[in-house]
Amino acid sequence: MTEPKTLYAKIWDAHVVDTREDGTALIYIDRHLVHEVTSPQAFEGLRVAGRTVRRPDLTLAVPDHNLPTTRRVDAQGARLPIADLESAAQLEALARNAPAAGIRYIDAVAAEQGIVHVVGPEQGFTLPGTTVVCGDSHTASHGALGALAFGIGTSEVEHVLATQTLLLQRSQSMEVRVDGVLGAGVTPKDVILHIIGRIGAAGGTGHVIEYTGNVFREMSIEGRLTVANMSIEAGARAGLVAPDETTFAYLKGRPMAPVGEQWDAAVAWWRTLATDPGAAYDKVVVIDAGEIAPSLTWGTSPEDVVPITGVVPDPMSFADPSKQAAAQKSLDYMGLVPGTRMQDVGVDMVFIGSCTNSRIEDLRAAADVVRGRHVAAGVSQALVVPGSGLVKRQAEAEGLDRVFVEAGFEWREPGCSMCLAMNPDKVPPGMRCASTSNRNFVGRQGPGARTHLLSPAMAAAAAVTGRLTDVRELFREGDLVGATA
Amino acid sequence: MNPVVKVEGRAIPFGRKNVDTDVIIPAHYLKTISRSGLGRGAFEVVRREPGNVFDDPRYVGAPVLIAGDNFGCGSSREHAAWALGDMGVQAVIAPSYSDIFSGNAVKNGIVPVVLPQDAVDRLMVVAAEGLPVTVDLESCTVTTPYQDRYSFTIDPFRRDCLMHGLDEIGLTMAQGDAISAYEAKVGAERGWV
Ligand code: SF4
Repeated sequence: MTEPKTLYAKIWDAHVVDTREDGTALIYIDRHLVHEVTSPQAFEGLRVAGRTVRRPDLTLAVPDHNLPTTRRVDAQGARLPIADLESAAQLEALARNAPAAGIRYIDAVAAEQGIVHVVGPEQGFTLPGTTVVCGDSHTASHGALGALAFGIGTSEVEHVLATQTLLLQRSQSMEVRVDGVLGAGVTPKDVILHIIGRIGAAGGTGHVIEYTGNVFREMSIEGRLTVANMSIEAGARAGLVAPDETTFAYLKGRPMAPVGEQWDAAVAWWRTLATDPGAAYDKVVVIDAGEIAPSLTWGTSPEDVVPITGVVPDPMSFADPSKQAAAQKSLDYMGLVPGTRMQDVGVDMVFIGSCTNSRIEDLRAAADVVRGRHVAAGVSQALVVPGSGLVKRQAEAEGLDRVFVEAGFEWREPGCSMCLAMNPDKVPPGMRCASTSNRNFVGRQGPGARTHLLSPAMAAAAAVTGRLTDVRELFREGDLVGATA
Repeated sequence: MNPVVKVEGRAIPFGRKNVDTDVIIPAHYLKTISRSGLGRGAFEVVRREPGNVFDDPRYVGAPVLIAGDNFGCGSSREHAAWALGDMGVQAVIAPSYSDIFSGNAVKNGIVPVVLPQDAVDRLMVVAAEGLPVTVDLESCTVTTPYQDRYSFTIDPFRRDCLMHGLDEIGLTMAQGDAISAYEAKVGAERGWV
């Protein structure tokens, strides 16, 4: 009998081109996503060295980080200029570089445009058992489909463009198992925040996480994408969920997914990928679903997680002296006093979007809470930014845009938006934002911005009450996230 | 890339834990299409703090940076390594790094030295006195004028790349036949890829 293998080991082994004496492996890359921020220097490097793109057919380019989320064309359909000249130059570089190399390029005004990590799965570009890379750490998202997906730096982007491979060291494997029943109002975002709070921001360093247990098996692909997305916030290189019937049903018929006999052959192989019974992980973490509450962050590291029913922690309550100092610094930055109930903290802004939570299920969950209510007077801006043009269209077909707009939200064009301060959507200094994104770092949403990470339903709840709110208090009959999942 | 065998000089006693790439170089500096000039944006948030180490004339241009656990966590932006290089940093010493950051550092000729916390604490003291620290890739040691001597380990391939200034892309392209053979094999087995 052959040795039982993990999902990670199976994908890794299927992609080894060569192994060096020192253990470094040359790994083949099946899918390469490219966006405007981390690629210009890579294309420039190729040009200088006189090299070409080896497999443009395995590469997909789409702009997202820099794009303003306001209207992109005028009433006549003419393209509107981008005011920030540096952003415009970066976007133009991608629009020029990708087609010139024969790479499929989804333009800023195309219906399929969106955040690269929303577009990949949605188009069926991301497939189970493939290796997927992008010059962006949240490439981990694609692991939701059972792809080995991770972020790379610009030199590696250039390496992949030139050779379709990467020189890599194999990571350790880590199982994060969540079994049991999630409580009312507990969403995939709460699950991953809870995990990061538990294992820490460096808890997965050097590891590839595989999420196992009935909670992930029963989760939709949208939910799995939210979880895998934040693997990097736990320090892991990648996060994986074994492909299953839910995965196949999600992918079937997507524009870039295989068809006919190819589809059947692919599914047959995908079915063999799940971790074999008895395969050993280097590290195992087990969590009971029942202990997970609707959660959010209080500080400036994604590990600073508390349940919404909790209070701002006392820095002295941490055992590690350096964590005490870091917590004090965080609280000063966040303008919070230990012992304050999280639910008594007022918010100035709300952001629903980012590659963590901008898919259709996220918008439905938020709209459910918002419907028939209004953004509170103290909230100066509340944004909803769909993850892609297709998500936007779907939401509009369901009337979700009207729910948001009538409540006082702004309904925007797809892009990274307020997740990072690179485009016009920013949180002003000292302002507090309830955000569905993935990073609460100092200055992430703008210099001096204060970020609380939470789920779309909790962000919607904060918008309508003007303070951090336990979404369970707003539940009405028939609400989506109100139902015990 | 220029080969680097030994880095010797003053060290910046920074020492903070969980320093993310947004701190090393904030997003609004990423709109560049070139690799140079990012040093001006490096540690922008920290530099707003009065008395910060980066604006201390004793450490300006120092080639070694001493940092805490999980240095370079967060985004994959290689701009973080470019910014450090532009500041003059050629080696970082910390108990651990994010996986992506340490890879990016090596590709830009910056040595990511891993030493245990107590060694890092000791080097912080030496650096704060304005004394030089030496990182030697030949012997894989960090030494100080006080005769401190710490050995570190580094992935042999990375060490090779650093010491010889190797062009990884050129190395891999020399394996073009093996890559083509792999493509032919997978094309037959998994045509849907
Ligand atoms: S939405 Fe945020 S985290 Fe996701 S790719 Fe864009 S900037 Fe990165």
